[in-house]
Amino acid sequence: MRQLLRGLGRGGEGGHRAGAPAAAAAEEESPWGPSPVIEVRSLLKTYGHGDAVVRALGGPPDPVTGDSPGVNLVVEQGDMIAVMGSSGSGKSTLMNILGCLDVPTAGRYLLDGIDVGGLDEHQLSLVRNRKIGFVFQSFNLVPRTPALAQVELPLAYAGVKTAERRRRARAALELVGLADRVDHRPNELSGGQQQRVAVARALVTAPAMLLADEPTGNLDSHSTEDVLAIMDRLNASGRTVVLITHEDEVARHAKRVLRLVDGQIVADIRQAPVDGPPPALRDPAVFAARSPHALTSGGS
Amino acid sequence: MNPFETLRFAFGGLAANKVRSGLTMLGVLIGVAAVIILLAVGNGSSQAVKDSIEKLGTNALTVSSGGGFGGTSTATSTKPLTVDDARALADPASAPDVESVAPEVTTSQSALYDGTSHTVNQVVGTYPAYFKASNSKVAKGDYFSADDVLNSRKVAVIGSTTATDLFGTASPVGKKIVIGGTPFTVVGVLETKGGTGFQDPDDTVIAPLPTVQNAFTGFSGGISQILVEAKSAGATTPAQNEITEVLMSQHGIKDSSALDFRVSSQASLLDTQASTNKTFTVLLGAVAAISLLVGGIGITNIMLVTVTERTREIGIRKAIGAPKGVILGQFLAESTLLSLVGGGLGVVGGLIGSRFTIVGIKPVIIPESVVGAFAIAVAIGLFFGSYPANRAASLRPIEALRHE
Repeated sequence: MRQLLRGLGRGGEGGHRAGAPAAAAAEEESPWGPSPVIEVRSLLKTYGHGDAVVRALGGPPDPVTGDSPGVNLVVEQGDMIAVMGSSGSGKSTLMNILGCLDVPTAGRYLLDGIDVGGLDEHQLSLVRNRKIGFVFQSFNLVPRTPALAQVELPLAYAGVKTAERRRRARAALELVGLADRVDHRPNELSGGQQQRVAVARALVTAPAMLLADEPTGNLDSHSTEDVLAIMDRLNASGRTVVLITHEDEVARHAKRVLRLVDGQIVADIRQAPVDGPPPALRDPAVFAARSPHALTSGGS
Repeated sequence: MNPFETLRFAFGGLAANKVRSGLTMLGVLIGVAAVIILLAVGNGSSQAVKDSIEKLGTNALTVSSGGGFGGTSTATSTKPLTVDDARALADPASAPDVESVAPEVTTSQSALYDGTSHTVNQVVGTYPAYFKASNSKVAKGDYFSADDVLNSRKVAVIGSTTATDLFGTASPVGKKIVIGGTPFTVVGVLETKGGTGFQDPDDTVIAPLPTVQNAFTGFSGGISQILVEAKSAGATTPAQNEITEVLMSQHGIKDSSALDFRVSSQASLLDTQASTNKTFTVLLGAVAAISLLVGGIGITNIMLVTVTERTREIGIRKAIGAPKGVILGQFLAESTLLSLVGGGLGVVGGLIGSRFTIVGIKPVIIPESVVGAFAIAVAIGLFFGSYPANRAASLRPIEALRHE
């Protein structure tokens, strides 16, 4: 629990990390350097029992020992990774476990140095609140709530005072380019705008990582570019981003691409180093020219 | 999350479904208003009984002929009450707790004045002591005197209803009316007693005993009853015993279980009525309580629907870090708000409803019932809301998010 509190304290300071490079020094307190944001060891998720068991994650059992190899994954601070795979490959299951929405059947999961497996319901809600920023495919905004209140919500749960909360929510909305839409309700916003509100809501608590499950799945190509550009900028300013997707167009933006097949990681390709800007901001002109949608999305 | 914010979320949640929230509140409103009004009606009717006890005079005892209920068979023969019996009761040596005694004969006659005819319910022939014992006061004119009784004068004191029916607004004092063919001079008009029973106590004519006997009932049949006034309200029980003893010796009865007369006090009669009223009030209260309970079940029902409908929203809130307590608090606040507003409006409705006369009874609000009904309504909101709220709070985020 002490470790959790210490971890949460760091997560809280993370807000300044985005703008101030000096904060990076705080990460060096451990003699082995900054702990990875995600550290997953032999992760396994199964549904059902006996013969009807379904292995959503971890791959088929070894014919000799009967044990599944499980998923092992380490994500460094400041990385931007894309988890790819067709439907049924286990990427959503992985995302739910990484997001502390679901618990693994077996294996260890350390999030920002905290062993999530040992936390109770209340502590898990604290972790979700302060360590993780969710962006969902279907936006998942709270109905009938104006954008500003929407973005304030995680801060309200964290117990931040009203004035401070309002200030940070406005800043987050400004970051996603929606400063003029603060009083709009979800049904008054376009899909792209809704997703940008969701991104603002995800990053307002300055979480250790941004977890996006098919963030562009329901968006047109123009809005897709908008949202991905925001993700790129966030990563460039130091935020760890995990994208779950099945589109190559989205995966192109990541520094590292994982490919999942039948609940196992079959490929791990690094497209850009952990330190430094993501591919899209490294050489924007070349990146845009290679885009399969170069003709339609040139404007963004 | 401070309480103010929880409350704001709750308001938002309720405002999202105005008709549904309104109807649920209506359920609680009706429940609370019913409790307040029905208890007020019950209380009003027992208050009315209490008032009429005071009007009739708590010191009064009535001696009437015949045995107790169902006890007549044991009496060998029933002797009618006579004026002699009354005289014996007036003897202070044998009945020291008796203040005054008034023998009565009662009949019903039609009265006539200046072409106006009116059937008088009660034509009473009695002694002047009757007025005090029965708590009857004259508003205009005077009582008749013992002298009028001795001389069998044809004078009468009339009740207020009889007076208005015969004379309208004119003063009846000194006028002559014809009752059953006999002319009487009106000497006084009684004050209005008002009553709740079937019989109007103000529709009466009171005249000297021998006059009434002479004109209508005759002297042979004895008297209808004897009105006895005890010295004080506390002396009614010893007075009752003395009356029984005196009359037993008068009628030559040895066995106290075979009486041919009955002594009843007004107070005991009305006590019985008051306890009947209490049962009535409890029954009304129970009916109202059931409607309040039904209102509470309405809250549970609507909150369950709300929780199911907003499962996805709950999932979102949990995903962005809402702790269990906050979700629980939000839904509890919603259900409590429903019952609070419904209960508050119910109190207002109950207070307004109690201003009207309901089935002839003026409701008298019991302050405890107002506070109690409101408190119970709020408690019901908390209690019946806790199940749906708990269900919402215990949802697993992943399942809530997948919910369509």
